[in-house]
Amino acid sequence: MRVDETTVRRIARLARIKISDAEAKGLEGELSGILNWVEQLDAVDTASVEPMTRVVPIELTKRADVVNDGEIADEVIKNAPMVEDHYFVVPKVVE
Amino acid sequence: MSELTKLTLAEARDKLRSKEVSATELTQAFIDAIDASNAEINAYVLTTPELALQQAKESDKRLQSGSTRPLEGLPLGNKDLYCTEGVRTTACSKILGDFTPTYESTVGANLWNAGAVMLGKLNCDEFAMGSSNETSAFGPVVSPWRRKKDGKLTTDKLVPGGSSGGSSAAVSADLCLAATATDTGGSIRQPAALTGTVGIKPTYGRCSRWGIVAFASSLDQAGPIAKTVRDAAIMLRAMASHDKKDSTSVDTPVPDYEASLTQGLKGLRVGVPKEYRVEGMSKEIDKLWQEGIAWLKAAGATIHDISLPHTKYALPAYYIVAPAEASSNLARYDGVRYGLRVPGKDLIDTYENTRASGFGKEVRRRILIGTYVLSAGYYDAYYLKAQKVRTLIKRDFDDAWKSVDVVLTPTTPSPAFGFGEKTGDPIAMYLEDIFTVTVNMAGLPGISVPAGLSSEGTPLGLQLIGKPFDEATLFRAAQAIEDAAGRFVVPDRWWEGAGKPEAKRKTGSKSK
Repeated sequence: MRVDETTVRRIARLARIKISDAEAKGLEGELSGILNWVEQLDAVDTASVEPMTRVVPIELTKRADVVNDGEIADEVIKNAPMVEDHYFVVPKVVE
Repeated sequence: MSELTKLTLAEARDKLRSKEVSATELTQAFIDAIDASNAEINAYVLTTPELALQQAKESDKRLQSGSTRPLEGLPLGNKDLYCTEGVRTTACSKILGDFTPTYESTVGANLWNAGAVMLGKLNCDEFAMGSSNETSAFGPVVSPWRRKKDGKLTTDKLVPGGSSGGSSAAVSADLCLAATATDTGGSIRQPAALTGTVGIKPTYGRCSRWGIVAFASSLDQAGPIAKTVRDAAIMLRAMASHDKKDSTSVDTPVPDYEASLTQGLKGLRVGVPKEYRVEGMSKEIDKLWQEGIAWLKAAGATIHDISLPHTKYALPAYYIVAPAEASSNLARYDGVRYGLRVPGKDLIDTYENTRASGFGKEVRRRILIGTYVLSAGYYDAYYLKAQKVRTLIKRDFDDAWKSVDVVLTPTTPSPAFGFGEKTGDPIAMYLEDIFTVTVNMAGLPGISVPAGLSSEGTPLGLQLIGKPFDEATLFRAAQAIEDAAGRFVVPDRWWEGAGKPEAKRKTGSKSK
């Protein structure tokens, strides 16, 4: 699979990572190289194979549906780069 | 330099219990060693001497009063992927900034509750993505091992492997008794192999992943790097537990691994998979493998040729699954709730700026690959295909377990390499994991044990792969290899006392 510059830019946008023009050029080659290399998987017949969802066959445990946490707003915001009272502050989203 | 730091974990445990040394003396010896050497090795990105001495003081009290816990007073290093309450945790990435968790990882809490002493946080590849520790935001770790050329030691800087390179270097340079590590595709076993240390990745679900920075959640497992097989057995018993906070942790008893070490190998069936004899494998690796087979045979095991036909597809499938899961896990680093924020003209611009400057090159590359393979129209062709191949890889092992108890392979295709030798070509670096990655894909336990030296005088390791939750048998077989091969300690302790620590501290390094 050949990844072109437009695709690189689309993927970077989806991943929310800003890339420069020079980086986009470099990534074209790098991503294409990796994707070409993984394409050797096409040689494996997986028509009747189930995809793996978990390596250890255990039942997912469920906990009781009760509140078991909370009242730790100070801890939650402790590492935030910008806060006001108990809120995270971000650039204005809605005009 | 104090001889105390050269002790194994088991030896130190005996000396503490017989009151030959105190936990405070032992801890101080390590603090001094780290002060004198860390600028050379760069294994620690943060040291916590006050905390360590405080823990040691408590241990001394307990050693006196007889309420001794399993790891009482034993100083350890903690990989910076493990969240530590009140102590900066960065995953060696700029994007986490000065993130200081308000909680402790379950595995860490298990260790400290068992009486262990934390010396500090260990360097690693950024978000554990790398095989050489060269992607860390704190700079690379220097292996204490040096290679020989024409019979003479060179001063070339060698990598200690990765991603747990701080762990492997600290253990082999005697800057801790043992260390925590994590393994997503080989990140415990490969650095252990390159530094002459023992590293075990337990079965997926054996250790809780809670409080450990996530890379690829279906593959990540915690485990120890230690000086000997016995030390690794002691460490894993303390680290492992069922944890309600990790729904993938398994509720099964944790055996006394140390007790299994003396049980011998009589009747053990060892499988040797032909698919691991890869093209271009060096003669010395093949010779080491044959020696390992002979040692296990001599110890009473029987050897069986087996086939794991999908082996060669494990690495490409891994480089779909791991980046895909990483791209999801790392979406949380958005500059809003914690860590770095680089402001932009609006919210999306802020996200994009933050992630562009906070993530290093390899991490960005993997997020982009992961985003691509999960994007609309490509999910089935890549991610679903890789998960199907994963089923086949696991099936290969399920078939093998009908006729063998463990599988023996080399850990790495080659010995330690120099700084920068593999950084130019991502796939060349990815190939470091060719022998280890199948184990993660199948969720199995795997241990790397030092088995010999390369022609350059640097360590080489053998890997044993076991049935799910049968780590005890791996320790038993690894002990037989260690008994035959001996331990491999660094012959030239060049990193010790090369000057005053103040003068050697590199600028730009954030280590204390």
